[in-house]
Amino acid sequence: MTILPTPAPAPWGSAGAAPLLDVEDLHVEFRTRSGVVNAVNGVSYTLAEGETLAILGESGSGKSVSAQAIMGILDSPPAEITGGKIWFEGRDLLTLPAEEQRLVRGPGISMIFQDALSSLNPVYSVGFQIGEMFRAHRGTSRKEAKQKAIELMDRVRIPAAAQRVNDYPHQFSGGMRQRVMIAMAIALDPRILIADEPTTALDVTVQAQVMDLLKDLQRDTGMGLVLITHDLGVVNEVADNVAVMYAGRIVERGTVTDVFSNPGHPYTEGLMSSVPQVESDGGRLVPITGQPPNLSAIPSGCPFHPRCPRRRLGAQALPGRDCAGDVPPLRLVVPGREAACHYSEEVLGV
Amino acid sequence: MGRYIARRLLLTIPVLIGASFLIFAMVYALPGDPIRALAGDRPLSQAVMAQLRDEFNLTDPLWLQYVKYVGDLVQGDLGTDFRGRPVLDTILLRLPVTVRLAVVAIAFEVLIGVVAGVLAGIRKNGFFDNLVLVSTTVIVSIPILVLAFVSQFVFGLQLGLFPIAGTTQGWYSYLLPGLVLASGSLAYVARLTRTSIAENMRADYVRTARAKGLPNKTVIVRHTLRNSLIPVVTFIGADIGTLMGGAIVTETVFNLPGIGRAVFDSVRAQEGAVVVGIVTLMVFFFIFFNLVVDVLYAVLDPRIRYD
Repeated sequence: MTILPTPAPAPWGSAGAAPLLDVEDLHVEFRTRSGVVNAVNGVSYTLAEGETLAILGESGSGKSVSAQAIMGILDSPPAEITGGKIWFEGRDLLTLPAEEQRLVRGPGISMIFQDALSSLNPVYSVGFQIGEMFRAHRGTSRKEAKQKAIELMDRVRIPAAAQRVNDYPHQFSGGMRQRVMIAMAIALDPRILIADEPTTALDVTVQAQVMDLLKDLQRDTGMGLVLITHDLGVVNEVADNVAVMYAGRIVERGTVTDVFSNPGHPYTEGLMSSVPQVESDGGRLVPITGQPPNLSAIPSGCPFHPRCPRRRLGAQALPGRDCAGDVPPLRLVVPGREAACHYSEEVLGV
Repeated sequence: MGRYIARRLLLTIPVLIGASFLIFAMVYALPGDPIRALAGDRPLSQAVMAQLRDEFNLTDPLWLQYVKYVGDLVQGDLGTDFRGRPVLDTILLRLPVTVRLAVVAIAFEVLIGVVAGVLAGIRKNGFFDNLVLVSTTVIVSIPILVLAFVSQFVFGLQLGLFPIAGTTQGWYSYLLPGLVLASGSLAYVARLTRTSIAENMRADYVRTARAKGLPNKTVIVRHTLRNSLIPVVTFIGADIGTLMGGAIVTETVFNLPGIGRAVFDSVRAQEGAVVVGIVTLMVFFFIFFNLVVDVLYAVLDPRIRYD
C-alpha cells in the first residue's frame, strides 16, 4: 500500500489536474408497467483525488441510482441508462464492454451499502467474502486470501480479527458489519469509494466511528470518496464539497462551508431550516411544505417550484425565467458555486 | 447438535408407536374375514380356520393383538403373513425396488426441477419462465393415477420407448415410473427454485457481489444459487419420505414389486402384519428424512442453530 499525500480539495470550477471521476449529463430511467420513472435527469459532477463529495438528497432524489449507474450495477431491466458519460481513467465506463466494466469494480471503484446485514451474504463467513476480492481479481489462493482478509479486518479495526475471520455476518454487531463491508470495499485499494448511506442504519456513536474510519482510510490512500447521504450532520463533518439533488437533478453544488452557510437554491435553504442548528435561537423548525415529486410526472419548469416559497410564476417572473415553465439550468452563480435556480442571486443575497 | 439429534431420535419412538397402533386398528376395522379370504373358493374346515385364527391371535381383542405384535417386534420379529412367510423377508425383498424407484424420482426432481427452476428464475418473465409456469401448472393439475396410465399408454404401449410394466430391464424399467412418481414434486421443485432464485437475484448481497466485480458466473452460482437452493434442498429431503407413499400408486400401475405394491396387495388380503410392518417402516423413513433435512438446514444456513 502506498501512502499518498492528500491534495487539498479543489474548489468547484478551479482548473487543475483531470478529475478522477467525471460524470457528464447522466440520465437513468426505470421502465415499469405503470410508466417511465425518470430517476436521474442530467447529473454531472467531478471528483478529484482525495476529495470527499457528498451527494445530499432525500429518498427518491436519484442519489443512489446515479451511484449504481457509475458502478454499473443497476438492475436492467427495469433500469436503463439513457444518456451521459462516466469518465474514469480516461475511459467512458458506459461504453466499456461488460467484462471490462466488471474489472473496474473493486480495484477502480468500489461501493459500500447502507444495510450491511442484508448486503453481506448470510451463508459465507466474512473472511471468505472479503477474500473473494483477491481471489476474483488477483487469482489469490483461498488460504492467502483469508490471510489478507485478516489483515484488512485489522486495518478497519475489527478486534480479534484472526479469531473472527470465520464468523458469519449475523454474528457481528451493526458497526462491525459495516467495517466488514468497508474492508471488502478497500481490499484492492480502489481509486474511488462510493459510500451509499454508510451510517444510516447505525446508532450515533457508531456512526461517528465509522465516518472517522472512512476519513482515516481516505487520508492513507488518497482515494476519492463519494458520500451519499441525507444526513446534513455527516456532510458537514466529513465532506469537502456537496452536490444537492432533487428530482434526479443536481440543484446546487459548492464547498460544504459555502453551501451550508449561505444556500443558493431554495431547496437547500429549506433543508437547512428544517434541521436544528446549535447556533440557532431555538425557534421552530421550518419544514419544506408539500411532497417530493412523483418521478414519473416531474413538474414542468423547475421541479421544485410547487414547493418553493420563492417561486415566480406568470407575470411575476422575469422573461424566460418562469419557474413553472422554464427549466433552470445548473449555472455558475458566484465563483465556486453552481445552482439551478432562476433567482439564485436573490436566494444568496448577492 | 448431537443432543438435538438424540432428542429428535427419541421422539420418533412415541410417533412410531402411535402410527403403528393407528394402522393396526385400521386393518382390524376392515370388514371381512381374512382367513376366509385366504381360503378362497376351497372351504376350510371349522377346525383349521379356528386353528389359524388362534395362530394369528385373531380371536384376541384389538389391544391385546397389538401388544403381542409389539412384543414380537421388539424381539426383532415382524411376524408372518397368513401364508407363513416372514414379513421381514417381504420387506427385504421388495425394499430395493422402491429405493431404486425413489432414487430415479429424486434424480428427476433435481435434474429437471432444479435446472428448469434456475433457468426460469434467472430470466424472470422470459419465454422459458412462462414455459415452466404453464407446464408445471398442467403437471400438478393431473392426478398421478391418470398421469401414470396415460404415460404408460403413450410412451410404453404406443411409442414403445419404455417397458410397459415390470422390472425386467434393470434401471431402464424405472425411468418412466420414476418420472411419473416425481412429476408432482418436480413441478413443485421447479416453482420453488424459480421463486427462490428470482427473489435472491434482487437481494442486497447479490448487488454487493456485483459491486465487488465478481464474474457473472460467480455471482449467479455462489451468491444466488447457493442461497436459493436452501429451501429446495430441504423440500427434496422431506419429499423422499412422501415419495414412499406415492409409490403405492406408481408401483401398482407399473407392476413394480416394491413395498408400495406390497402394501396395496396386503390391504386387499387384510394381511395386518404386513401392512403394519411396511407402513410403520414408511413412517420411520418419513421421520428420519425430516430429521436429516433439519440437520442439513443448519449445515446449509449458518444462521440456523439448534440447542
